[in-house]
Amino acid sequence: MSTAQQFFNNVEKYIPKLGVLRLKDLIKQIRACKTAADERAVIAKESAFIRTSFKEENVETRHINVAKLLYIHMLGYPAHFGQMECLKLGGAKDESESAQEVGAKDNIKGQMDQRLSVELLPSWKIFANLLFDPIRTVASPKFADKRLGYLGIMLLLDENQEVLTLVTNCLKNDMNNSNMYVVGLALCTLGNISSQEMARDLSMEVEKLLGSSNTYVRKKAALCALRIVKKVPDLMENFLSRGKNLLNERNHGVLLTGVTLLTEMCQLDPEILSELRKNAVGTLVRHLKNLVTAGFSPEHDVSGVTDPFLQVKVLRLMRILGKGDSEASDAMNDVLAQVATNTEASKNVGNAILYETVLTIMEIESENSLRVLGINILGRFLANRDNNIRYVALTTLTKTCQNNPTSDSSALQRHRSTILDCLRDPDVSIRRRALDLSFFLINAQNIRILTRELLSFLEIAEGEVKNSVAVRVCDFAGRYRPNKRWEVDTVCRVLRVAGAYVDQSVVNHFVKLVTTSPPELQQYAVRKIYNIVKNEGERALTQEGLLQAMVWCVGEYGDVLVSGGGSTEQGIFGEKDEGEEAGADPLQGEYQVAPAEGDVVAMFTELLRGPYATLAVKEYSVTALAKLTGRFRDGSVIEQLRALIAKYQVNINVELQQRAVEYARIMGLDGETRAALLERMPVLESALKEESKKGSGVPVAENAPAAAAPSGGAELLGGLNDDLMGLGIGESGAAAGAGGGDIYNMVFGGSGTAGGGGTAKNDNIMDLLGGIGLGSAPVTSTPTSASSASKPTTDLLGDLFGGGAPAAAASPVSAPPISVDPLGDLLGGFGGAPQQQEQQGRSYQCYDKNGLRIALVPTKEGTSLRINAKLENVGMVGVGGVAFQVAVPKTQSISWLQALTSTDIGPGGSATQIMRIDNPKKAPIRLRLKVAYSVGGQGVDEIVEFSGFDPSLWA
Amino acid sequence: MPFEDEEKQKLKGEVHKLIAARDQKHQSNFVEFRNFKIVYRRYAGLFFCFCVDTNDNELAYLEAIHFFVEVLDAFFRNVCELDLVFNFYKVYAILDEVFLAGEIQETSKTAILNRLDYLDKLE
Repeated sequence: MSTAQQFFNNVEKYIPKLGVLRLKDLIKQIRACKTAADERAVIAKESAFIRTSFKEENVETRHINVAKLLYIHMLGYPAHFGQMECLKLGGAKDESESAQEVGAKDNIKGQMDQRLSVELLPSWKIFANLLFDPIRTVASPKFADKRLGYLGIMLLLDENQEVLTLVTNCLKNDMNNSNMYVVGLALCTLGNISSQEMARDLSMEVEKLLGSSNTYVRKKAALCALRIVKKVPDLMENFLSRGKNLLNERNHGVLLTGVTLLTEMCQLDPEILSELRKNAVGTLVRHLKNLVTAGFSPEHDVSGVTDPFLQVKVLRLMRILGKGDSEASDAMNDVLAQVATNTEASKNVGNAILYETVLTIMEIESENSLRVLGINILGRFLANRDNNIRYVALTTLTKTCQNNPTSDSSALQRHRSTILDCLRDPDVSIRRRALDLSFFLINAQNIRILTRELLSFLEIAEGEVKNSVAVRVCDFAGRYRPNKRWEVDTVCRVLRVAGAYVDQSVVNHFVKLVTTSPPELQQYAVRKIYNIVKNEGERALTQEGLLQAMVWCVGEYGDVLVSGGGSTEQGIFGEKDEGEEAGADPLQGEYQVAPAEGDVVAMFTELLRGPYATLAVKEYSVTALAKLTGRFRDGSVIEQLRALIAKYQVNINVELQQRAVEYARIMGLDGETRAALLERMPVLESALKEESKKGSGVPVAENAPAAAAPSGGAELLGGLNDDLMGLGIGESGAAAGAGGGDIYNMVFGGSGTAGGGGTAKNDNIMDLLGGIGLGSAPVTSTPTSASSASKPTTDLLGDLFGGGAPAAAASPVSAPPISVDPLGDLLGGFGGAPQQQEQQGRSYQCYDKNGLRIALVPTKEGTSLRINAKLENVGMVGVGGVAFQVAVPKTQSISWLQALTSTDIGPGGSATQIMRIDNPKKAPIRLRLKVAYSVGGQGVDEIVEFSGFDPSLWA
Repeated sequence: MPFEDEEKQKLKGEVHKLIAARDQKHQSNFVEFRNFKIVYRRYAGLFFCFCVDTNDNELAYLEAIHFFVEVLDAFFRNVCELDLVFNFYKVYAILDEVFLAGEIQETSKTAILNRLDYLDKLE
């Protein structure tokens, strides 16, 4: 041994002379590099050197070379490609068996090299054999070499690599080594990189070592067991009895690792959990008590606290054991109170323990006084100057509120102002958390104060959170409003400060609110929102949500808006505008000014002229303008309105154009019919339902509680649509449908008279036309807004124009086809097209998003079906790279008759693709459609299911 | 959780970008990262980052970082960045004595240092 040692020492001495760069020198060289290119050059040179050195089987320098290799790897340079090739070349067994004898090893290495050179592998594959070096080093008797070797394995390999199987044997040998450090090394490696297979192979060894008399080995074995259990939960049983024994340890390291292991096991297996509940709670309580009451113990002291890490782990395990179990929880109450009161909170260590204690208190079935204590600790945290502490306090409070909305709220209210202060914290993560928490604080008593705070936060919030805040403020404003006018003011203010960011749901909220209001409040609301837009001037033009709400309201209530004098309402609403901060708004009086009819038209002109008006705003506007022709008196103003509508009779957007043409026709009708058509919208049933719940503190809409979800808008819209359907067809049933059909013939058939059946079925007319009015107001925006609610909309429109009659199946349910003269098409459609053609030529819309609309037109041909897919671009921008694929169930087969005619579809353009589905078993046809395209620079890839074909197509 | 080398490099880059840009005075030492949280602590020019589960005790990990640094400091006797660079393999050895399988394994500084000294002598 001594001679060997001497030999190594000598070698060390001569290494520099042999031309081998020492690790230190390499690091120095690399650090001295001024450019990345220099660094790459140094590393390339050194890598080449290491490679040859390995090839020459230079035992003395291997240690250094491996270290250098690891350094190179750490810098992010490749150090191990092609393990698989490597595996094929050398056998794992050969490696470990030969491990002890250098001579044998050389032999194998020689063989490998030979094979490498024989096969003339590319250089990177030769380089791959470097990987073997760490493994071989592991087998070295010298401890330092072994450690470096294992380090290499831990760094270069991960559990997915098959080379690991080579390592398993080495580990097994080393775990049985008499030297505890060697055993420790092997355990450490296993704990860091164990794969499932290794876990199974070595679980026995670990179990044995878990019972070792050596604490150093035991604690490492415990964490190895943790890794094994995580990888292969089935192996848990093996460790259970020895694991439980670890709880009685006195050594902190072993106890700590034991608790960690048991925590994991409890989470994985409810049986172990209930067993530990019975047996371990007492032990844990005792341990914790000892830690808290222990005097200064230098070994485990961290700034005056005895082993905080162990305390935290014990508290965590107690939390799992006490959750949902009152007996276990009772046993913990005392010690938790002790920890909560005795822990020093001036340092981070103490706070870490307090934090864990609070988490445990909140999650187990603890006494009420303890819970209050917990909330108060968090309240103290909130006032702490340290951001970290505030951060955990906010997170925990939010979590507590989510789990337990009511019971802790009064304790929480006391910390309200502190929480609101956090809304202005410079740290965004603290702001976000404070925001979430603020909504939990809201109740009927503090709604005014909190809404004011939240509104001022809304003004400074980043764009992406604005919408979610806006939606939630509106939701809560409805839930806890002190009165309705306050809610109107609040939503108005939301629209004013975040109009550019809000989604449809906020607009809908406002619309519903106004429609359900009494007349005076309607006037108040309409004037207010009108004047907000007016006062905002140009800034309002980009605020889409604000504009939509304003346009809709003005359209519906234009007569109220312009009627009467200025601020006569002051008498009715004597109180101050409650949504605004006191004194902050000198314009208050101006918000109730009644504009002249001409002013309103001028505003619309202005609004539509600019480049900012989005399609949705334009659609809203055209409908509003049409409605205003029935609201305003001044003949010249009405002429202006007509002129504005007329402009849209020629427009690239079909929807807009069609509406404009229809409205122009409506205006040509006689007064009575026109008045009926332009009736005010009936109040939505869902709005009434929500209205009845408002102010009571319960969630108003189904999706209310955490309405931050973007789906909120879609759901609300869905609600609107349902109501529309109900209004138009559902309620009055088939009769209305039939009547409606007549009326359409009358209205659009160009008969020009409104006599006969029309007036007789006046109710039905109202229903239907009411439907149209709404259909074209809030709903028409959906095709462009790409929301998921777009489908019902088009169905609805289709139904409406299809007369909503039982013959709906026979009419074009999908969107109206593009045509220069939509009216003509409509007329054709209603003019009694032949029944047969309707059966065959019916088009089914299966996709409508981002301006891309796909309609399928099936034709039956014996047992097969020929489907003509038409892809239309109804958006404003081109759709490129379109790929359209269809899959059918196994009983059917699909073949393509014609590929997609074009993969790029410009605005207003279309492409077709024809397929045939053979369906010998006459099974229902279900299609899975894969649509991929890019629009506006963004790729879209979607899969939709479609099964809406008429059963007659396969029966 | 195993990662490909490329992914590891990417992770390092992302974490670095995330942490280095943060305001040291006015922000907390916790950042959400993918589905995890990063707890970091800065010592002069060096950041020590731990990636932990979202419901782990951040404050305790913050303390664990400090504990690790204290061990480093005691081992290298007033540690500096260069110590860590030139003795990276020793740093790994220390890491392996303090943490294993992602968990703390020993909380007694003396115990750790004794082991390390012994291990050092073995070389």
